[in-house]
Formats: sequence, structure tokens, C-alpha cells
Amino acid sequence: MKNAVGREIPDFLLTEGREVYQGKNYMDGKYIQKASPRTRRYEKPLESKLTDSIAQALRDCGARDGMTFSFHHHLRDGDYVVNMVMREAIEELGLTDLTIAATSLGSAHDPIAAYIEQGKVTGIQTSGIRGRMGEVVSAGKLKTPAIIRSHGGRPRAIEAGEVHIDIAFIAAPTSDCVGNCRGVGGKSDCGSMGYAMIDAKYADHVVVVTDCLVDFPNMPASVEAIDVDAVVVVDSIGNPKKIASAAARISRNPRDLMMAENVAKVIASTPWFRDGFSFQTGVGGPSLAANLFLEQYMERRGIKMGWAIGGICGPMVELLKKGMVGKIIDVQDFDLEAVNSIHRTPGHCEMSASQYANPANKGAFVGKLDFVVLAALEIDTGFNVNVLTGSDGVLRGAPGGHPDTAAGSRVCIIVTPLTRGRMATVCEHVVTVTTPGDCVDVLVTDYGIAVNPLRQDLIECLDSAGIPHVSIESLKEKACSLVGRPDDLEWEDQVVAVLEARDGSILDVVRKIRPYSPEE
Amino acid sequence: MEIMKPAAAGTLESSDAQVTVEPGEGGIALSLSSSVMNQYGRQIRATVLETLERLEVSSARVTVVDRGALDCTLRARVECAVLRSCGKSAENVPWGGAVR
Repeated sequence: MKNAVGREIPDFLLTEGREVYQGKNYMDGKYIQKASPRTRRYEKPLESKLTDSIAQALRDCGARDGMTFSFHHHLRDGDYVVNMVMREAIEELGLTDLTIAATSLGSAHDPIAAYIEQGKVTGIQTSGIRGRMGEVVSAGKLKTPAIIRSHGGRPRAIEAGEVHIDIAFIAAPTSDCVGNCRGVGGKSDCGSMGYAMIDAKYADHVVVVTDCLVDFPNMPASVEAIDVDAVVVVDSIGNPKKIASAAARISRNPRDLMMAENVAKVIASTPWFRDGFSFQTGVGGPSLAANLFLEQYMERRGIKMGWAIGGICGPMVELLKKGMVGKIIDVQDFDLEAVNSIHRTPGHCEMSASQYANPANKGAFVGKLDFVVLAALEIDTGFNVNVLTGSDGVLRGAPGGHPDTAAGSRVCIIVTPLTRGRMATVCEHVVTVTTPGDCVDVLVTDYGIAVNPLRQDLIECLDSAGIPHVSIESLKEKACSLVGRPDDLEWEDQVVAVLEARDGSILDVVRKIRPYSPEE
Repeated sequence: MEIMKPAAAGTLESSDAQVTVEPGEGGIALSLSSSVMNQYGRQIRATVLETLERLEVSSARVTVVDRGALDCTLRARVECAVLRSCGKSAENVPWGGAVR
């Protein structure tokens, strides 16, 4: 069945009331029945929940074949916990048929690819999938199609019981002996622990893995002892150098700066650029640099930003410290400056993934957002964005908060160079739709700006500010004239990944790629 | 042109291609790898073979490691590797003739 972004969704996926994507806000006003976990009572006062090993904690939580384990990705590419837990579960306990439900996965988790090939890991539910794991899943080696969700779609699916977490593993920079966890104060600090919060509330069992045991009570706790079954102390939960980069620097690349300046110009031309406006930006070169130019416009107009959300990095913290932004609400931190600021700089608060982006709760932050500036791997002439599959059809990205912020914000701006190497970023049809075009408003490239024809109001804003813009078709033609026209990718029938829209409907599927081999 | 000795041109930088030519045993033996193989593999192969034909190379082992180079870059790297392999790259380069 064809969905609202023109993608053919195979019927075998449309069971148990599952629908194809019908457009933005289609589920608005409907009710959901929230699922509840089955948790153990700890009535007798307990001195400590310290457990000798991950294997022992798994046994204590009744780990068995076919279970779903959850993880969160605040340790990013420095994470050791996913590999550690899966190794113990598969090699020590001999478990099989396991599903990993992670908020995201990266190249740090390459060893999991072997467990997929051996058939020990048979399900993957995640936002990001990259590296070796992306390759083996794209090659059709995972027994069930991977399910890819946005950061807001995941807590929605957990609350609706579409994902039932048997054991949640919390990678905690600090914990006390009963499981009050914080993202700061240890040797592998990650700052916010926002993605882990819903997991801890909805999992049957919760195991904290930490490398820094601190005195009770570890407050204010991001994950609370009331939800925790066991605490395991290990030598190291991650590589601090890869958890938080030294400092996210603002690009000096003149192309990035030119695009960033145009992003700021577009923002400043709209009626929502007023005192108290709200903003989110990615940490990519041109997205982050937009901060710099936006600050100049704010000074010129004598206005301040009310609040900022998202993955947070140094340049946003700087604005908070200077008083240019009132509050930062933080679900994840990208650099040390942000890690060291959360809960310390007044106004720098933590939030859960549901609070951030869940479309099925009663008021996520993304719904109050004025502007979001995002990147794209590809964007097509229908303004559909792909941030998941490479142009070669292999899984190597993450929707993250992209679809959530795009749908929630008043103005969603995509900033990307027109071409990357030989790949055209602006194209006829994206490989995979991760953010539907009805949520994307403006495209800023190094060869010009295009506005989604659905947003006539924004076209008027740009025109009255004298900002030149062109059609997205003309940008696509320009890209083709530079790099040529690629051949169409060739696919097998097998579906290797299902791309869920944030509301739970199916936005797209990724099939097994048939690679081109010149020897044939 | 006849491939006299092994020669190479180009780099492994993004948007470039490294082309190596070696004396062959009749015919062109092309080994191609590319970061954009699924979308551009056929076009890269065609461009390399056309360029060799224009240079009148009929016997060679050719290795192309492509990092997303544009066609013009691919042609230039093949031409340079071939000219180097027969000692013609220092002077009297046939600009506008075999080399375009």
C-alpha cells in the first residue's frame, strides 16, 4: 500500500492495526492505552544492590532466550556497555534470540555484527545504525527487519507497549549502591541522561552499570533507585575521549559560514524571530555556525532567545552564560562544556526523551519550538529528507530527533551543501524517507535557498526581506549538472529495516541492497 | 601507447581516484573499487575504458581506487598514469590530441 510520501509499504507489515504514514498530525486526538511493566517488590530494607558481575545481574533478573534488552546512547561512540552486556549474555549465559532496543547504536558496537551473523541477536530496534552493524543488517543477515524510530517515536512505542523491555541497562557515570544515577561526577561523564529515563520507568528489570560508585544518596538522580534492581561496578563504562569531544568548534569553512549566514537571514525574516523565541540546532558544521550569525541578529534587534533544546554543545552554553538565552533544556550533551554545565549553570536543565519529542504525550518541547536547523544526507524535490541510508543504500545514519523537531517546529530549515564528493544531496527521490516533506519548510544550500511551496507565508517573508530563493527543482538540476546522474540502486525483495514515522505508522522500508560488481 | 613500466597517478583523497597501470598480457584487465560503486560503478568503468581506448592502450593491467572522483578527474588520472608508464609525461604531452 502506498503511503502519503509515495512509498510502497508491503502488506505483510500492516498487521495488528499498523497503518501506513498518512501525513503530519494524523493521530492527533486519538487515545493510547499505556503499557505497564511487571516489577519486583523490594519490601525488606536493602543495604545495597551491588552485584558482582553483569552475568550475575542477568541471572538475578531472570534473563532468558528471546528477551529484549534496552540501552541508551549518551556515551556515544565511546560506549562499552552494550558490547559488555551482550558478551556476558551470549557467551557466559549462552542466551540466544535476543533483541537490542537501543536509543541509538554506532560504530562502537561493531562487535554486535558478529552476534547478528551467528543468529544470537535476532532483533534490532534503534534510531541510529552504522558501521559493521549497518552493513550486516543491509546485507539481510538480521533475522527480523530492524525497526528504526526517531527519539520521540521510541518513548511513544515503549509507552504504547509496542516495545516491551525485559531488562534495561543504564550506563551511569555515577551511581550509589542502590541505583540513583547521575551523568556527572565520575570519570566517564555524559551530562544529561534523558534517553534512559523512560527505559527505567517502563522496563520489567533495570540494571545500572557504573564505573564510579558514590556515596548514597546520589542526588538529584536522573535515573532513580526506586526503579533499579541491581548495580554492577565495572572498570570502565566508556572511553571519555569519545563520549564528549573537547569542544564543538564553530566551522571556519567559508562555504559552511555562507550557508549559516543565510540560515540566520531566513530566521530573522520571519515573524517568530522575536523576544523569547525558541531554537534548536544540530552540531554539524553549518548548523552550529548558525548560532554565531543568529547572535548578531539578536543583538541588532535587541532581543533574546527564550529557550533552546536538543543535543547541547558549548556554543549554546556560551549563549546561556552571556544571558542571550533564558533556558537550555537538555536531552543529551555533545561536548565537555555542555557536560560540565548541566545542573550547574542556572537555567541548564535535563529532560527525558518523551518530554523532548514524544508525539503521543500531552506536550513535548518540540511542539513549542519556533525554529530548528537540521542537516540532511539527501533531500528530494518533495522536500523529503533522508538521514538514515547512504546514497549506496546501506544503513549508516540515524533519524534521531530530526523527524520530531521538523514536525513540531514552526520553521524547519535544512542546511546542506548541494553535493558531497560525487553525491548530489538534492535529488529526485531520496533513498529512504526519514523526515516527510510536509514537515520541512526551507532548504539552504551553497547554491541557493528553496522554500517548500506549502509555506506561502515563508515565501512572502523571504520576498519582503529581499532574500533570493529558487525552486528546489532548479537546485536538483544544478546538482546533476555538477556530478552527473547516478544509476538507480538495485534492490532485492527482502525488507531489512522498517522506518517508523514518529506517530507509529510506517514511513518507508529499506530493502536488501544488490551491490554492483564490475566483474560480472 | 604501450605500457612500458608500472606507473600511478592520483591520490586516495575524497573526490579523487588513484589509477595504477602495469604492462599487460593482451587486453585490458580492469580492477575497480569505488566508494560510489552502486550508483556510479558502470559510468566509472565506461569512462576508464574510453580513456584507455583514446590513448590507444590495448594491453594493460589497470587498477582504479575511486573515492568519488568526477569524470574529468578520472580521465586526467588515467591519462597521467599511462603517460608516466611510457615515459611521455615530462615533455611533448599530446594536449588536445590523445590528451583532452
